[in-house]
Amino acid sequence: MSNVPPDLRYTKTHEWVRTLQDGTVEIGITDHAQHALGDLVFVEVPESGRTVALGEPCAVVESVKAASDVYSPVAGVVAAGNPALAAEPEALNNDPYGKGWLMRLQPTKGAATAELMSAADYQKLLQTEGA
Amino acid sequence: MAFIPHTSADVESMLATIGVSSIEQLFDEIPASLRVKSLDGVPVALNEMQIGRLMSERARADGHPLCFIGAGAYEHHIPAAVWAVTTRGEFYSAYTPYQAEASQGTLQLIYEYQTMMASLTGMEVSNASLYDGASAVAEASLMAVRANRKSKSLRILVPRTVNPQYRRVAVATAGNQGLRFEDVPFATDGGVISLDALKKFEGEDITALVIQQPNFFGQLEDVDALTDWAHAHGIFVIASVNPTSLALLKPPGEWGTTGKGADIVVGEGQPLGVPLSSGGPYFGFMTTRMEYVRQMPGRIVGRTVDLSGREGFTLTLQAREQHIRRAKATSNICTNQGLLVTAATIYMSVMGPVGLERTAAASHARAQELVSALTAVKGVRRAFAGPFFHEAVVLFDRPVAPILASLASRGILGGLDLSELYPELGYAVLVCATETKTTSDIQSYVTALGEASAAVRAA
Amino acid sequence: MRAQEKVIFEYSHPGRGATDQWPQEVPPSATADLPQHLKRGKRPLLPEVSELEAVRHFTRLSQLNFSIDTHFYPLGSCTMKYNPKACNQYAMLPEFLGRHPLAPETHGQGFLACMYELQEMLKEVTGMQAVALSPMAGAHGEFAGVAMIRAYHRSRGDLARNEIIVPEAAHGTNPATATMCGCVVREIPVNEEGDIELDALKAVVGPNTAGIMLTNPSTLGVFERRIEEVARIVHSAGGLLYYDGANLNAILGKVRPGDMGFDVIHMNLHKTFSTPHGGGGPGAGAVGVSARLRPFLPTPIVGVEEGNRYRWLTEKDLPQSIGRLSGFMGNAGVLLRAYIYMRMLGREGMSQVGEFATLNANYLLTRLKQAGFDAAYPSRRASHEFIVTLKRQARELDVTTMDFAKRLLDHGFHAPTTYFPLLVPECLLIEPTETESKDVLDQFVTAMTQILAEAQQEPERVTSAPHTMPVRRLDDVRAAKQLDLRWKPTA
Repeated sequence: MSNVPPDLRYTKTHEWVRTLQDGTVEIGITDHAQHALGDLVFVEVPESGRTVALGEPCAVVESVKAASDVYSPVAGVVAAGNPALAAEPEALNNDPYGKGWLMRLQPTKGAATAELMSAADYQKLLQTEGA
Repeated sequence: MAFIPHTSADVESMLATIGVSSIEQLFDEIPASLRVKSLDGVPVALNEMQIGRLMSERARADGHPLCFIGAGAYEHHIPAAVWAVTTRGEFYSAYTPYQAEASQGTLQLIYEYQTMMASLTGMEVSNASLYDGASAVAEASLMAVRANRKSKSLRILVPRTVNPQYRRVAVATAGNQGLRFEDVPFATDGGVISLDALKKFEGEDITALVIQQPNFFGQLEDVDALTDWAHAHGIFVIASVNPTSLALLKPPGEWGTTGKGADIVVGEGQPLGVPLSSGGPYFGFMTTRMEYVRQMPGRIVGRTVDLSGREGFTLTLQAREQHIRRAKATSNICTNQGLLVTAATIYMSVMGPVGLERTAAASHARAQELVSALTAVKGVRRAFAGPFFHEAVVLFDRPVAPILASLASRGILGGLDLSELYPELGYAVLVCATETKTTSDIQSYVTALGEASAAVRAA
Repeated sequence: MRAQEKVIFEYSHPGRGATDQWPQEVPPSATADLPQHLKRGKRPLLPEVSELEAVRHFTRLSQLNFSIDTHFYPLGSCTMKYNPKACNQYAMLPEFLGRHPLAPETHGQGFLACMYELQEMLKEVTGMQAVALSPMAGAHGEFAGVAMIRAYHRSRGDLARNEIIVPEAAHGTNPATATMCGCVVREIPVNEEGDIELDALKAVVGPNTAGIMLTNPSTLGVFERRIEEVARIVHSAGGLLYYDGANLNAILGKVRPGDMGFDVIHMNLHKTFSTPHGGGGPGAGAVGVSARLRPFLPTPIVGVEEGNRYRWLTEKDLPQSIGRLSGFMGNAGVLLRAYIYMRMLGREGMSQVGEFATLNANYLLTRLKQAGFDAAYPSRRASHEFIVTLKRQARELDVTTMDFAKRLLDHGFHAPTTYFPLLVPECLLIEPTETESKDVLDQFVTAMTQILAEAQQEPERVTSAPHTMPVRRLDDVRAAKQLDLRWKPTA
């Protein structure tokens, strides 16, 4: 049973989105995703100032058995990539919704976003995937 | 039956266990219409005695001419120990080291190889090898595209002083992924890359520049100036180098005057203990800086510990490879040239730094002796001025092909005719001598050249 | 197995070396012409050991390995059959070893005869019209094959065809190759019997289809029974069929890919044709094509003229070639070994390979089923390999396929292929090959049975295996996080 915090929103590709006070969005990968990957050995986050399109691969998470792209659920400009993950990729395994955040974006006004589902809907998705 | 141990008793027993009456029944899922009728195009079997005799006859027919050809494959002395140990069954018939506990021999050897190649090239990390020097340039170009974040153009500059076959292979291999390989002309007096010719690329988006040292003509490029120029314009430097020459020449990790050095280093590893063997199998080497290690294709071995804290070796960073990333892999490469890497590692260990340096120096000396002896002959002169390493271009005063053919009939392979690859050079031949050639051999060449020229004139 | 061995640099002493191997020193004046700023300063880090120390070190390293010469290797899709010593001995005759790749054809007719005859034999056993020998590995041959398909469509102005269809059970090189060729991958499912879903195939073919990449028998170890229908569907849509030759050993001499409708194939000479695996290479991935793809073959290939004179055919003879894939002509030494092997098999030997590889696989499958293991496709015949799934044991006993594989090492067997194909959970893909005797197969069944019993009674012994190897299980996570990729002197 993986952890799915109720106050966040989720994508089909196992990213989570949190809207922050200052209007930026914080993005990471879910507990289910980190568990499937296994112990992370390397995480690459985008540099701040980079413009990303909706659905563009903008981060990489790598374990011993798999390397996965992370797709941006919104279009926008990167405000920051999490600097702690370079030295401590396991922070993402240990705290995927907290210290393991991947990046913060300033979303482009009026741009379309990916289909973001509620925690309940994401739970349903996990059940159908047999997680 | 070739290498099949079963007796008819074995077969009977096995069929009974399976519950069928014949081996043919095991193929009953295959539509009858697809079954082979006969293989008349394949000759009947030869036993080992017969094939041994046939191969010996064919080898004898090819003989052992005195060879003064280089052009990417170099004859060096290979100590007997190298292949005696390399062909041990435990190396020869071992599988890829995926089950690390059963492959510590191969894995440790590759780790030692990686150490040697990194140091030889002056870089921080090496992979476990690629197919050959030509495909290594293609792989390096693809890697430069991945690693040079500032460039989007996929344009790779390949000077005409780089081995022309390497450029052909790069185009055939990486052209389909949108890479464009562009010419840079060489200066006709020195046979090296013209810095002036590079000026026209300033201000344009170029991903990488390939610098071969020594270049295809054997000439020495001004690697510092070229490296500085490339880096000043945000262009990656791909060095393509001869490993024997690195015992004498500054390694690519130290090229340039800013302390940065080349970004990716590749080359043909054949000179390190691998016989000429009509062109293969050889191996390509690739080294780079740690910041690019995740962009490097091919296998890599790392040292780690086991459950008891004991040191051990394993393939690592495999998530980049085809069997995990599938369509997103850095390359589709699935092999490393394991057996050749084994030979090269043993060669480098037996020769050591002094042996390699002596080999390079002796090759250099013999090449100079060859060029001096040849250019002392009337009608023969050097094509280029400036220093060269173990091969050089000489110009004849008449077409080259008949002379080389006549030399060959006298048991001497005089060099590579360049008239097709570089028609602008005229009657040009690329000649090479390594430490395997003696003064007497060189004298034989000169004598035969005299006879050949006379024969051609008379014809 | 023997204990570990130090890294060679730890044996080095300054000044030590195999001095008999060093050429005579040349006077400094010989290298005086080299410009100072191009000269090397510090010597490279290479071992400084005597010849005996080097020989001893590498011999001891070899003794830490499993190999076909010492162990049974039932690795599915790898075809770890005996590498005949004759192939090595005659490929290494000094004249073959000493021949420069650019030596003239007048001084290579013996070598070229072997290459030409190899091309001809490979054509015959695969049912193709032309063969090129230069790709240097299976993946390289795959690249050539897909590149040729692409070149063919482009030559006909059919530029929209950039999709390659791949079954979901395919080997990872297949989609990677498609991407390298600038194509887009479309995956299709297989059904519970292991055959391609024909409806899914029909839905995905169309005007964008460049081709389909298939292995037959498939990576699931079973024959694609409706291959002729698959060929018809893809050809009608204008696509071509690519055959991944990894499993050719199952059908050698019995069925030919050309007859199944394939337009281009690659062969793994280091699998079916017994050239050495060498600890990870060199391979050779010869490609065969039907007539319509012949113009696109990678160069060079060997041609023959009047009077049985052999010569290289290059870009001049094949102007539409996809180009050169190797610096010279591919892995010549490997090709010689394959040639010798095929001459020793001869016409009759080819079909014996297919027959006995299939006999051994079906026997082993039957005995393992009898011993309580679950076949992934129990209603199907094994080809030259088959899949056993340990899903049930993983669930009931908490012992995984990885654990079984590691414990097999203690029994003196290299593990079969594990976790491939990805489609079957907790799987072992087992390929005995035809060169193994019934005794070895029986011993393997005994070992598997013992491990199963141990998994039930003493699971800890299995989950912490291996116990008798030079190392126990290695920390892969640490290897990838704390990268130690070269030896460094400590002082």
